[in-house]
Amino acid sequence: MPRTTDQYQAIQAETIILDGHGGDPIRAFYARPLGAGPFPSMVLIHHMPGWDDWYKEVTMKFAYHGYATLSPNLYERFGHGAPDDVAAMARNAGGVPDETVVGDIDASIRFLKAQPNTNGKTGLWGTCSGGRHGYLAACKLDNVDAICDLWGGGVVMREEDLTPARPASPIDFTADLTAPVLGIFGNDDRNPTPEAVDQQEAALKQHGKQYEFYRYDGAGHGFFYDNRPAYRQEQATDAWPKVWAFLSKHLS
Amino acid sequence: MCTYVVEKTPLAGSGRNAEGWFVLTEASVSYDHPFHAPVEHAVNIDFTNVAAGPSARVAVELTAESARALIAAIEEAIERGQEVERRELEASESYATR
Repeated sequence: MPRTTDQYQAIQAETIILDGHGGDPIRAFYARPLGAGPFPSMVLIHHMPGWDDWYKEVTMKFAYHGYATLSPNLYERFGHGAPDDVAAMARNAGGVPDETVVGDIDASIRFLKAQPNTNGKTGLWGTCSGGRHGYLAACKLDNVDAICDLWGGGVVMREEDLTPARPASPIDFTADLTAPVLGIFGNDDRNPTPEAVDQQEAALKQHGKQYEFYRYDGAGHGFFYDNRPAYRQEQATDAWPKVWAFLSKHLS
Repeated sequence: MCTYVVEKTPLAGSGRNAEGWFVLTEASVSYDHPFHAPVEHAVNIDFTNVAAGPSARVAVELTAESARALIAAIEEAIERGQEVERRELEASESYATR
């Protein structure tokens, strides 16, 4: 239901510090509706370009739509500076380790579920590497209630692509998945390719998991990024309502 | 997509960022998502001093074609510059032996 113009709305957004993986203090951007709630909650898992303005703005978008939303800085341990400088540190180190990311996501979920005005249901949402990390976390953790994987490249990995930071292919843990999955993909993407998405869907089907996949022609990787040439207005405006419908169905 | 393709090399030299000059220790060359260049993948070159923190970085993001042109220009400049140095050295040695 669209909001009406006479409706009062208020959100609050700020940087907080919480105990992440291994008890490490990490920063997170926390945006939430004001009020008693109870509100469903979301963890936004940033992409390879880092904990940047786009992710913080989308964190506020989720709060606007009624979700207490936390976006943890997964690159906290690489130091501080401009987001692209920090992301370059992570990139040049071979990426952030999966284990650390899953631990930080777990800590974020626990933080949200402990808030007095949340409803105890928490979803994950990530794009690009964040989609892969979200899928992996949803397989590894037992406290995820919904997962949105947006063009998560590397959910299906070849043996030769495994690295110390990414030692396993997330698809191999699909049997352990307990949350429903929303997948949004562009058919012109090269990672994940349509064939990789087929494999992911086959694994979900094989293990009897609940999922919805939407695959868009005329779109490639990152077609929600309205600050990049990859943005595809028609496909993105079709897909965003699918995100809200999926989350409303599973987190309300 | 995230390719995670990164090649590194130690460096000796200096770089300049917004704060001023600093000693370079390494270059990382990746073929992956750029932050700014309007292409899906770019040749991203970071000239860094990792010990000095994330801001000790001089960054360029180039198309693959531009990166190849840059390699050729670097090779050409080194070749011509070292040729000038060699001639100067020969001239000075010749002068010294007169």
